[in-house]
Formats: sequence, C-alpha cells, structure tokens
Amino acid sequence: MNTTLTEQGTFPHLPTPLPTRQQVAGFGFYLYLLSDGILFASLFAAFAVLRGATDGGPPLQSLFELKNAYIETVALLTSSFTCGMAMIAADRRRQRHAQIFFLATVILGLAFLNIEVHELIKLSAGGATFSRSAAMTAFFTLVSTHGLHVTVGLIWLLISMLQIHLKGLTAGVLRRLICFSLFWHVLDIVWIAVFTFVYLVGATP
Amino acid sequence: MSATPSMIQAGDERTPGLRRSGSHGSLQSYVIGYVVAMVLTAVSFWLAKSPLITPSSATAAVVVLAIAQMLVHLIFFLHINTSPEHKANIWAFVLTVVIIFLIVIGSMWIMASLNRNMMPMDQVISAQR
Repeated sequence: MNTTLTEQGTFPHLPTPLPTRQQVAGFGFYLYLLSDGILFASLFAAFAVLRGATDGGPPLQSLFELKNAYIETVALLTSSFTCGMAMIAADRRRQRHAQIFFLATVILGLAFLNIEVHELIKLSAGGATFSRSAAMTAFFTLVSTHGLHVTVGLIWLLISMLQIHLKGLTAGVLRRLICFSLFWHVLDIVWIAVFTFVYLVGATP
Repeated sequence: MSATPSMIQAGDERTPGLRRSGSHGSLQSYVIGYVVAMVLTAVSFWLAKSPLITPSSATAAVVVLAIAQMLVHLIFFLHINTSPEHKANIWAFVLTVVIIFLIVIGSMWIMASLNRNMMPMDQVISAQR
C-alpha cells in the first residue's frame, strides 16, 4: 500500500487528513479544561449547599462589595479579549503586536488578582475568615481556587512571552500559546459563574 | 520582524496532516463577543441591585444572563461550533455539562431534602441522651 505523504501531508487512502500535532495537543488540553470545569462544579455545589450556614454571622451578601466584583469582571473580560488579539497577531507572525497584547493581558490579570487578594484580606481582617463558618470556608475555597488558576496562568504567560522573545513564534511556542489562550478563556467563563452565583444571586436589597 | 515566516518544518513539530490557519477566529468575532459580553455583564450587575424587580425574579434573570454570556464566550472566544470537525469537541462538552448538572443540581437536591426531613441538630442530640 502506498503510504507516502503527499505535499499537503495527507494519506491518499484515508478520507480525511490526519490531525496536526497542534490540533492533537489542543484537543487534549481541551479535555483537561473540561475536567477542570467538573472540579469547579464540585466547589460550586459545596458553596450552593453551605451558603446559608453562616453560624450566626451576617448573611454572605452583606459582606461583599459589588463594585469591586464588577471591576474584577471587566478586568478579566478585557484580558480575555486582549489575549484573543494577541493570538490573532501570533497566528499572523506579528511578534511585536503579540507581545504588546500579551503584556496587556498580564497587566489586566494582575489588576484582577490585586483586587481579589485585597478583598479576601479585608474580609479576614473584619473577622470573616476562612474558618469562621462553613459558608465562609466554601466561599474562600471557591474564589481562591479560581484565583490560584489565574496566578498559574499569569506565570505561564510570562514564561511564554520569554519564549517568544528568545525563540520567536515557532510551531512549538505557538502550540503552547494556543493551549494557554484556551486556559485563559475558560478561566473567564468560570468567573462568570463566580460573579453570578457568589456575588449577584441574593444581592437584591 | 525576527519570526520565521513559515511554521512548516519537516520532522520538527508536526504530525503529518493539513495545517489549517485561521482557527483562532477573526478580529470581528472577538470584538462582537467582547461588546456583547460587556453589555450582558453590565445588565447583570444593574439588575441584581435594581429595586424594580423582586429578589426571585432578579435571581432568575441573572442566571439566564450568565448562561447567555457563557454561550457568547464559547462561540466568539473559544470558537466552538457545530461543524463536522468539531464533533468530538461538542460531544465531550455535552458530556461535561451533563456531569456538572448532576453534581450541582444533585447535591442541592439531596441536601435540601435532608434538611427538610431531618430533626434539627439540637433535638437529635437531646434525643440520644
């Protein structure tokens, strides 16, 4: 049987072209992200069950400032957008454009983390600590698991930017960037669920 | 520009196959997605604090808006669509959504039912004495 590659890299006897390594890695990473979604679903389930268990403390909603949550949301959403812009630039091999947009993504991500960490510190200082009640434990676990993902994503992005600087936009670098952009968009989707179910549901005066 | 013009290097980083470019979507799709998501976010935050509607309808509205925004992200940012090449993506996604619903709705259902049917904890303790 003739299995030599044609110029386009297809096997003549197969109906469809084989996937590229980029597509295989992207699909594998996509499956990991779906399993990460299940991890977050468990934390959301715990929060939904425990949100009323404040052990005599004030209701959760009275502790949060919606203005902060809104600024965090806008920062993360905009960072998702700049990440998309950077990927378009990277796809067209416009290295400088890509780096500028990735830098914007890093700055917006840091702004998000800064507000979140300050809010958690403020809550703890006011007596609403991680171990105050079951509701606070569920809240801190859910929000800081998301924050941890954002932190890891930022470290990953900084390493990627260094790789772009050193190696240029090679196939390997681009493949890892595709995985990163999937990761970053999914974190934004998880945050939609966080601001809705943690901050907004039950916030009506 | 220092980037190499072509990513096709034999034996380097590829399995054999076609390279499809443009898989990261267009500028237009990102801009549409971004604007729609910003509007949905603003409406959610406004509705949650609005004195115009009752708490339960505010909750329902906010949840519906969140689902809409997630779909906007999936379509315009992650570029998930129903084309044949995306068949595996779609089925994996559907299965995950089913599992997520089982975990979240199932937990809430079981715990609410236990809450309703069990004696309050102080009575359980005094009954055991």
